[in-house]
Amino acid sequence: MYWLALKMLTGDRVKFLGLIFGVTFSTFLMSQQVSVFIGIIARAGNQILDVRDASIWVMDPRVRHFDEAPGLPTGDLKRVQGVPGVEWAVHFYKGQMLARIGAGLPRNVILEAVDDTSLVGAPGEMIAGAVSDLGRPYAVIVDKAGYEYLWPGEPIELGREFEMNDRRAVLVGVCKASAPFVTLPVVFTRFSEALHYVPRQRNLMNYILAEVAPGEEPATVARRISAETGLLALTQQGFFWNTMRYVLGSTGIPVNFGITIALGFIVGVAVAGQTFYLFTLENLKHFGSLKAMGVNNRRLVGMILLQALAVGGMGFGLGIGLTAFFFQRTSQITHLAGLHLYWQAMAGCGAAVLVIVMLSSLLSIRRVLVLEPAIVFRGA
Amino acid sequence: MKTLFARRLPRQKSHAADPVGPREPAVAIRARGLTKDFGVGETRVQALRGTDLDVATGAITLLVGPSGCGKTTLVSIVAGLLDPTAGELHVLGKNLRQLSPAELVDFRAANIGFVFQQYNLLPSLTAAENASLPLLVSGSPRGEALRRTRAMLERVGLGAKADAYPAELSGGQQQRVAIARALVHEPRLLVCDEPTAALDAGAGQTVMELFQQVAVHPARAVVIVTHDNRILHYGQRIVHMSDGRIERVETNSDRHSGHEVKP
Repeated sequence: MYWLALKMLTGDRVKFLGLIFGVTFSTFLMSQQVSVFIGIIARAGNQILDVRDASIWVMDPRVRHFDEAPGLPTGDLKRVQGVPGVEWAVHFYKGQMLARIGAGLPRNVILEAVDDTSLVGAPGEMIAGAVSDLGRPYAVIVDKAGYEYLWPGEPIELGREFEMNDRRAVLVGVCKASAPFVTLPVVFTRFSEALHYVPRQRNLMNYILAEVAPGEEPATVARRISAETGLLALTQQGFFWNTMRYVLGSTGIPVNFGITIALGFIVGVAVAGQTFYLFTLENLKHFGSLKAMGVNNRRLVGMILLQALAVGGMGFGLGIGLTAFFFQRTSQITHLAGLHLYWQAMAGCGAAVLVIVMLSSLLSIRRVLVLEPAIVFRGA
Repeated sequence: MKTLFARRLPRQKSHAADPVGPREPAVAIRARGLTKDFGVGETRVQALRGTDLDVATGAITLLVGPSGCGKTTLVSIVAGLLDPTAGELHVLGKNLRQLSPAELVDFRAANIGFVFQQYNLLPSLTAAENASLPLLVSGSPRGEALRRTRAMLERVGLGAKADAYPAELSGGQQQRVAIARALVHEPRLLVCDEPTAALDAGAGQTVMELFQQVAVHPARAVVIVTHDNRILHYGQRIVHMSDGRIERVETNSDRHSGHEVKP
């Protein structure tokens, strides 16, 4: 009888398309918004994950997120290096600067300063130039999105100059970097150069990057560092999630996205539910006929569930396709780069669509279950 | 997938191919003191008030009477679609009141064919698919069901329209598809509700002739509820109802001789 259920479903094209549209729109809204939400929230910690050479981040114990790190005395680096289980530790700076491009055009940039010798924390993937070029005087590397922000519409050209804190900076490379929370250019330089770019302050270093000795667990060593130095030492993932939690708990972003996602769900339930119920009502006399002919309630419920699942499956597929198409089309737009359809968003939407179609079919199932087959003899 | 829901029913003996030939009419329906109440308290309506009814096989029994007299309620009860409030009811030898809901569903699927006033054909199915539904409900394989259905459509004169959708058929043709659907599984009781009400006089006559040619069988009872006086001569037995009771029963010979029989 499954073929009959599907034929009934597709028989009324307008209602069928209405049902598909409702679920598709709902899926698109939910999956797109969830993915954008995850992508934007993840941006707050992307720079942490971009540092692939060190597994432990050490910082002031009051640090709540990546963008809020006071300076550490130089002596702290030695203390961390002396903790058992630490293979090596280097200084790292992250801050925000005002750069002057061309004819004094001011632009905010994120400055990340890496250890002069090891270059730990330097970009991992270059588009133009080489990481080793950071060793040259005044050398800076800018991420691709940042380059397009600083010199919009212009082809990549190394050797360009700009100023930070009235000091010359020479572009020696363009790299790939994950988009930051605020869409500012990420400028990489050596720690010794940063001393000139950053307005004078007592302690420039605000992070220490450390790697554990072979055979040591990063989490164990991080706890040891914290215990022995009084500093906050976290694994890379730990620091990333600390930053995520801060953004989730301290901004209105989850509420905003949450409302949109909830709207997507409600629209899905309302449109799909109402249309599906109307579809059932209009087919009530046929369900009655089937009951009269000897189709039992279990089979009728099976038919309705199949119809609901078919609508859900098709709508979900189309909605996810639309979301994927959206991200594919926007992947070349600088400020949207890096946002993509997350499998978690897809799975979550799949579950939500399942709930939507089940809720939609519940009323219909109830209506058919209480339907008296004698309805077939009550005229048109 | 089909087997998950398909419920195989005991295969019924094919009456159309009955080698024994015409038999003595048997009692298909025997109802005694049937009552049916709708609502409670002040809103209570007594649709049937102690109705006795006997319906024999091999003939067309017409159930006639004014609107609201209880015809539809009575036919719904004898077809196992509605429970009576009180009374005895034996259909095809089964005491319907003793059957469980599941047994009643199986009983209907195996033994009863329905023809409705508005045909109730599914618009998205072809004539053949519509007419094959009772066989599919009973668990027949789809190919086998469609083969038997096409043969039945030939018998009702719609062999050439087997692949047409209801919207492509006239009212009379749609009713013939509905008749094919009602007979395709060779039921022992055919219950029809105003089968000619939505048809013009010509189409109505055609449908009734079809009932006589195809539906009437020594082993099958045919009960037709109707308001249509133009088709009364097709009934071998005419049951007149009024106010929830059977007022009188006529046979064709009574009609011609002017006699009438009290129920």
